[in-house]
Amino acid sequence: MTSPRLERRETISYLVGYGLALLLTLGAFALVYFRLLDGRATFHIVLGLGLVQMLVHFRCFLHIDLKRSARADLTLLLFSSLIIGLMVLGTIVILSDLRERMM
Amino acid sequence: MDGVEGPQLRHAGLNLSHDPEALEQIESDVFGFWIFLMSDAVLFALLFAIHGTMLGATVGAPGPAETFKIGSAFIETLLLLTSSLTFGLASLALKRHQPWRLVLWLVVTLALGLGFLGMEAHDFATMAGDHATPDRSGFLSAFFVLVGMHGLHVTVGSLWIVVMFVQLATIGRDRQVEVNLIRLSLFWHFLDVIWIAIFSIVYLQGLIR
Repeated sequence: MTSPRLERRETISYLVGYGLALLLTLGAFALVYFRLLDGRATFHIVLGLGLVQMLVHFRCFLHIDLKRSARADLTLLLFSSLIIGLMVLGTIVILSDLRERMM
Repeated sequence: MDGVEGPQLRHAGLNLSHDPEALEQIESDVFGFWIFLMSDAVLFALLFAIHGTMLGATVGAPGPAETFKIGSAFIETLLLLTSSLTFGLASLALKRHQPWRLVLWLVVTLALGLGFLGMEAHDFATMAGDHATPDRSGFLSAFFVLVGMHGLHVTVGSLWIVVMFVQLATIGRDRQVEVNLIRLSLFWHFLDVIWIAIFSIVYLQGLIR
């Protein structure tokens, strides 16, 4: 099972994940620190970079992929994401609407 | 669950050499921990949602732009990110039966985790010095609960690493200890994913002008 080639590939997978995550982090912080774009564009790009970095972590560190062997984890993850999306969006929509009406 | 496909460990991507029956047991143990992690993710998601609804609720107390320091948020991010890599290397040492390397990488991970906690405690103390305490406003309450909850998780994770040292020293490396290490690795990587959301949504969005 453990050939030197497989071992190297595994180590490289971690290092590639770390490199990608580092680049995405640096990008997000640089955008905010140097004020490269206006506020609205920065807002969306930082959110996007964060989301991509989460995917990198799931792929390279938590070993979730589209192979058949990781399907149960992937299904669980996607279902949890759906629940989280519903609850977070619902909370923000309802409470901000409430605040507007109370003003 | 899908069918037999050789001795391959699904959830951690690690192929620990065991008989197929033991492997299946490890997999279902680790899958149970995944379910716990997802319920933890729901908890964090709701704290994020509360933070989102409290963004405007500063009532004269210091807001995000005055309280957050981008420098220390950046260093904390680097510490936690690097600790995720070192834990990954520890997992590889576990898989390859290299006990000393495993302990070495776990020590490095623990040191990075404690460094992160130290920075965070320093941040909180600085904020308290600037009169940005949780009782001042809804925004600060939500901030301290969310980031404090993550810090609490990292504290538990660090304690858990120490417990694993004790188990490795006293019990040695049996199947249960291996499963515990795999669970801990998932927990640690998961905390880093939560931190990505914290620095992108809380710190960076708060500092955009």
